[in-house]
Formats: sequence, structure tokens, C-alpha cells
Amino acid sequence: MNINDIIKPENLVYAKPRLLKDNHMHYCPGCSHGVVHKLVAEVLEEMGMEEKAIGVAPVGCAVFAYNYVDIDWIEAAHGRAPAIATAVKRLNPENLVFTYQGDGDLAAIGTCETIHAANRGENIAIIFINNGIYGMTGGQMAPTTLEGMKTSTTPYGRRVDLNGHPLAIAPLLAQLDGTCYITRQAVHTPIAVRKAKAAIRQAFENSMNGLGTSMVEIVSTCNSGWKMTPAQSNAWMEENMFKKYPLGDIKNTVK
Amino acid sequence: MAKILGAVTINQERCKGCDLCVVACPKDVLLLQPKEVNNRGYHFAFMKNPDDCIGCAACATVCPDGCIEVYRVKVPD
Repeated sequence: MNINDIIKPENLVYAKPRLLKDNHMHYCPGCSHGVVHKLVAEVLEEMGMEEKAIGVAPVGCAVFAYNYVDIDWIEAAHGRAPAIATAVKRLNPENLVFTYQGDGDLAAIGTCETIHAANRGENIAIIFINNGIYGMTGGQMAPTTLEGMKTSTTPYGRRVDLNGHPLAIAPLLAQLDGTCYITRQAVHTPIAVRKAKAAIRQAFENSMNGLGTSMVEIVSTCNSGWKMTPAQSNAWMEENMFKKYPLGDIKNTVK
Repeated sequence: MAKILGAVTINQERCKGCDLCVVACPKDVLLLQPKEVNNRGYHFAFMKNPDDCIGCAACATVCPDGCIEVYRVKVPD
């Protein structure tokens, strides 16, 4: 059979989701953000929530998410996305409100807002991209940076006596009574991507059902900041990041 | 048993040549262009062995930029 006989609209099994716009993403080649954007677009499309979804993207590489996913977005000050999302969700309970934050944003500057929003049990979903580095500003150390990991501000590796221990946010939020679903996923293999999609869908559904705060942590790569190729950084993530940040559900009170 | 044939189309201008689809492909179908580049200077992916494609969509699932469309057809023997 000729290849042109296979490439026909009736045989299409996978394409870019409609909600992901055609303009070029500014992310570096191989960045995990692109995959997560695609998953958010797919989930919203499947749920039929594109008219009702409001995303809150604070400072970080994903600040331009409004250019790529065709829903309503609000920009928040650095780290303040859960506070803004709280207001939006309380005033518009029929809307699906989620935040999309990186680790420098959620785990450093916005720790207070995140923990208190989760403790109040706001009906929002938090998507947390954890790559262990401040990717946008040039690869500085973040609270989630692994022990011994080289960054531009810890060129000899992170030292626990000087810089403290790596901060695992997911178990911290799982202790709070306001949260209903805390999970940690990755997007480095096709299987992981499908699991991450299911997790994002559940978080969005929890938000609409008013069950409390859900957080999906995506352990991801920053190949530019880590100074590796995309394939190498996926391997490095499996070897090193998953030891400190193991994948799986940490809390699920829904099912 | 029916045979499954697949094919992918790659949006060459959108592709950033990150190589993740090449790594994800279980049948070693894809490769980055060794010399040719797109308008933005990236070595985009292409089908090196189009006959081996099974249309599993692994490449498209991990593609960060959504460049890949996957087609699959079942042919009876």
C-alpha cells in the first residue's frame, strides 16, 4: 500500500488538539512545557470546557501560555496564581479555574499562596511543572534543585549546609485537609504522557465537582538549563529526579 | 491476521528537531535530517523507514510542539 493511501483524513488517529494554536512556541526544543500545554488543550477539548476554562499563568517560562492554548487566561504576579485563582473561582463557581506554575514560582516565591489556597480547600486545580531550576532566568538554583545539582548559582553543586535541602511540595500539600488529589507525574515517555493526561483530567473534574484543591506535579526537564540534549535530560531525570520525586498518587480522597 | 500500516506527517516548519520522537519510536522509523534545515534553522524529523511504521502514535504523544499527525489503516491479508 502506498503511503499516500494511508495519509487520508479517515485514517487519522492522532493530531494536534484544536485548542493548541498554530503559532510557534517560544520554548526550547524538547521542553516538557509543550507536552503539558498539549495535554491541557486535549483535556479541555474532551471535557467540552473550552468556553468555561480560565487559566492563571504567573511568571515563568509558561507566562506566554495565553499565546498557545486558546482559552481565557489571566497573568498573575510572580507566585500569586493560587490567590488570583481563588478569587476567580469564588466569583465564578461555574468556571473551570486552574493555575499553571513552575517550581521557582510555586515552590519559592508563591509557597505562601499555594499552601494557604490548598489549606482553604479552594476548588482549583494546580499544574506544577517541577524541573528543579529557574529555567526562564537562566538556570539558577530553585528550592527544588537536587542536592549536588549544578546550576548557574551553585556551580559546584547544591550544598545542603549552605543552601538547604530540596523541597518536595507534593507531600507537604498532601498533609493539608483542604486538598483532595495530589499526584506526581512525568511526560518523558508515551505511557507517562497518557498517565499525566488522566491525572490532569481528574484534577479538572475535582475542581468542577467542588471537592477541594487538586495538584498535578509534573516532574520535567529543562534541557537548556541542565546543559544536555532533550534525550539526555530525560535519562538524567529518570536517574536522579525520580529518586527524590518518585512518581505516583500521593493523596487521592476521591475514589 | 490483518496487518496494520501506519504513516506520519511532520509539520516541518514547526518542528524544532528535539529528537524526542526519534527516541520514542519503537520501530526506528524516524530520524532528524542530517543536513537539511527548516526556515528557523532546525534539523527537522522525517520518516527514514516509512514501511516500518505501525501508527502507534508514540512519536506524536511525546512531541512537545504537536508537529506530528498519525494515520493508521488495517489491511486484510
